[in-house]
Amino acid sequence: MNTFASICIDGVAYGMILFMISVGLSVTMGLMRVVNLAHGGFAMLGGALAHFGMAALGLNFAAAAALAIVVVVALSAPMERLLYRPLYRMGELQQVLATIGITFLMIASVSYWLGTSILEIRLPSTLSGAVNLGFRTLPADRVFVIVIGLIVIGALYLLVERTRFGVKLRAAVDERDAAACLGIDTAKVFSRTFALGAALAALGGIMGAGLLPIDAYYPLRYMVLFLVVVAVGGLGSIAGSFLAALGLGVLDTAARYLAPAYGTIFFYVAMIVILGWRPHGLLGRTES
Amino acid sequence: MSFAPRNARLRDLALLLGMAVAAAAAYYAFPDNLAFATRVIIMMIFVLSLDFVLGVAGITTLGHSALFGAGAYAAALCAAHGWSEPVLGVIAGAAAAALVALLSGLFLMRTRGLTLLMLTIAVTEVLGELVNKFSDITGGADGLDILMGPIFGVLKFDFRGQVGYIYAACALLLVFAFLRVLVASPFGLAARGIKESPARMRAIGAPVYWRLVAIYAIGGAVAGVAGALSAQSTSLVSPNVFDFQLSADALIMLILGGAGRLYGALFGALVFMSVHQVAASVDPFNWLFIIGALLLAVVYVAPAGLLSLPDLVKRQLRFSR
Repeated sequence: MNTFASICIDGVAYGMILFMISVGLSVTMGLMRVVNLAHGGFAMLGGALAHFGMAALGLNFAAAAALAIVVVVALSAPMERLLYRPLYRMGELQQVLATIGITFLMIASVSYWLGTSILEIRLPSTLSGAVNLGFRTLPADRVFVIVIGLIVIGALYLLVERTRFGVKLRAAVDERDAAACLGIDTAKVFSRTFALGAALAALGGIMGAGLLPIDAYYPLRYMVLFLVVVAVGGLGSIAGSFLAALGLGVLDTAARYLAPAYGTIFFYVAMIVILGWRPHGLLGRTES
Repeated sequence: MSFAPRNARLRDLALLLGMAVAAAAAYYAFPDNLAFATRVIIMMIFVLSLDFVLGVAGITTLGHSALFGAGAYAAALCAAHGWSEPVLGVIAGAAAAALVALLSGLFLMRTRGLTLLMLTIAVTEVLGELVNKFSDITGGADGLDILMGPIFGVLKFDFRGQVGYIYAACALLLVFAFLRVLVASPFGLAARGIKESPARMRAIGAPVYWRLVAIYAIGGAVAGVAGALSAQSTSLVSPNVFDFQLSADALIMLILGGAGRLYGALFGALVFMSVHQVAASVDPFNWLFIIGALLLAVVYVAPAGLLSLPDLVKRQLRFSR
């Protein structure tokens, strides 16, 4: 029973991290059909900046995290304009090559700046204890991650379902050309979505540093992981990404607890089965 | 083939001859770097195989190292169980990789795009984990040390890697000639057709799915040759052969050189590996800056690969005149 509870809470926390990092990738890939292999780089940049803010500038966790996210957004906007915009018209292979190039530049920049060792992000001491729920105590840092994840999902839901921006975003994902014909500035929608995705990735990178340790090679090491979440969830689907991240997070955690000798085999077999069953992902649109 | 113009066949022969001359020149020019040169040649074979699958037939894969690894382990297991003749090992490697490609292809070739990309990665990861898991056969994470016998029972591998280099270079020439003929054949034309438009190929009666499976299996055999050569030339095989990095590197080399024309694969492998080698020896920590900048420069300046540069320059000159 205890193992079961650990699997649940660790798995859900892990799933929340995967969701925060991957959702931006899913939406931007669904929107602009650009294969962005550098997305994990924003999570790494967020983590590296937060580490820098705490270790070198002496900021507390919240301030360092906020600063890191602001800087990542500030970096992502010109990157989108200068590096990504020319890619939208190019073929898949060129997009892969360019975004791997961008990943390499991110890795090189961070290793030049902070070295290649693990960049620790220490959570505030109030989160290192346990939360007493009355019937059971839970590790506070995991609960914190889950709460942040739930807040992100709630905010995303409100943003996409209840705001004007959300209407434009949904229209652009569903039918980009038709949306453009109706006067929606899809380029603007995309650059905002891109910045939002980068911000969420940075947040996920910072919050998930305990599970996916931050170092310079982070974007390469976890590139496949984030792409798996996107593919299983279905391109452009926020709810799909959430389902996929949570399911894969719990599955991978359970496999680590119960059958550690098999490594990531269950994770990938699950993905093969799901994609064999639904080639466009859990909630992906089937016609495209 | 019968409808290939005569001068095209002559050009192919000249190309092969040029490659042989270049390989010989490299042999005499860099006598102390033959190990690196051998690695470049093996990578060329691997990227050629990727070019056939992806550049010619349009099968987007990021799991090509699955086939490389299958070939490497098949060759290593042959050697470990007393079958130490290298050419037999390469044949076994090609057969094993073709089998893996055929079996996984039956499933993979039903999908396309991102799904295909992710499934090829998954197949590679599963194979890597299986190799880790069955360590009594495969040596697990430590891999297998192997001892190669002499080629055809006569030519022994030497410490300076001279025999190994010539052996790999001969394999490259054979593979290149084979793929060149194959691409020019009706089968190769069908592969190109499928890349351009699967729907139209289906409309004219081509069995698209089975063609793709066959293409994947043939590409797998070639990748298996590269894997087997790699295991034999380093006398070692470890689960690293299933790394995602290897597939990604091969893809980078292919797009860098220019996909779909075979010699782009050769050029891309040569440029990428050389830049990698030089940049890493100049500055072991920051060589990714150079590689990253190179990749971006290629995409924005010559999206069709480095080999399209002469055409681009020619066109520019014509316009400015």
